Amino acid sequence: MEEFWLIIGMMAVTFGIRYVLFAAADNIEFPDKLKRALNYVPIAVLTAIIFPAVFIPKGELYLSLNNPYIIGAIVAVGISYWKKSMLLTVIIGLIAFALWKFLLLNI
Amino acid sequence: MHYTRSKLFSLGMKDCLPLIIAAIPFGIIYGALGQTTSLSPWAVLAMSLFVFAGSAQFIAVGLLAASASWPVIVLTTFFVNFRHLLYSANLLPHIKQYNQKVRIPMAFLLTDESFAVASNYLKEHANQPNFSWYYFGAALFMYLNWQVCTVIGLFIGQSVPNMAEWGLDMAMVVAFIGIVVPCLHNRATLACAVVAGGLSLISYDWPHKTGLLFSAISAIWVAMYLEKQEKTLAEINREAD
Repeated sequence: MEEFWLIIGMMAVTFGIRYVLFAAADNIEFPDKLKRALNYVPIAVLTAIIFPAVFIPKGELYLSLNNPYIIGAIVAVGISYWKKSMLLTVIIGLIAFALWKFLLLNI
Repeated sequence: MHYTRSKLFSLGMKDCLPLIIAAIPFGIIYGALGQTTSLSPWAVLAMSLFVFAGSAQFIAVGLLAASASWPVIVLTTFFVNFRHLLYSANLLPHIKQYNQKVRIPMAFLLTDESFAVASNYLKEHANQPNFSWYYFGAALFMYLNWQVCTVIGLFIGQSVPNMAEWGLDMAMVVAFIGIVVPCLHNRATLACAVVAGGLSLISYDWPHKTGLLFSAISAIWVAMYLEKQEKTLAEINREAD
């Protein structure tokens, strides 16, 4: 019974957040300034997800070249800037990450 | 170029593929972790089916392991998923043309990944018709993949120990990098990323992931300030000419 309410509750809040603006879309007209601000949402939110994952991989700040997340991220940023391809960024970034991790484990 | 609906649907699937691949280990780890808690396998799967929110599901499983009560987990879910409000606000101009029957599934399927792919597409194709077909191609693919991976995780979870320690979350990081970096083309966008990243580290320990929202909103505010400054500068230069 507990898990029933847990799932219903999680579903209600998650869907509620995702749907509330869509539901009222016909009656909402954002001011221009807010519209322009919303253009920055992808950069702002995704970067705020990326940084802790890279620099705080295990719950503590890990600023070191021994941190494979940092190496993988630097390579991914470079590839993305150079090639503008998401697939290439993912593949080469992951390879760099895995290689660095493997090398460090075996030195 | 004008695409047919089915073409747009498959384009959405194709564009989402890197993120789908990145999400596979996540789904499997979620299923595997889920079955180690007090939840029944059906409840673990039901959470994927009805909530469909990766990071909130992980946090829920973690809190259950720490024997948190369900109201606490629901409240945490609310804060953790609050960023979706920013996503829906950003997409709002592109969904006004659809009726509620279309908007409801669009909202239900709104995740970091479907938003990332959709916003990337809208940068170039803001005025193309049938955006919903592209969106559903990406989002439904993501949804199906998440369910399959949850089931796989439930089955094989315990036979692959320590999978959560492998660093598979890196896949999502590089996918997001692939979306963010091409967006950084001036001072305002660059500052937005730097501020969001820096503050997210400082506010990492804040409860209920509120630091994520604080960082994002502060970064947007800084970007708006710089955008305005750049515009003023451009005007001064024009007058000087």
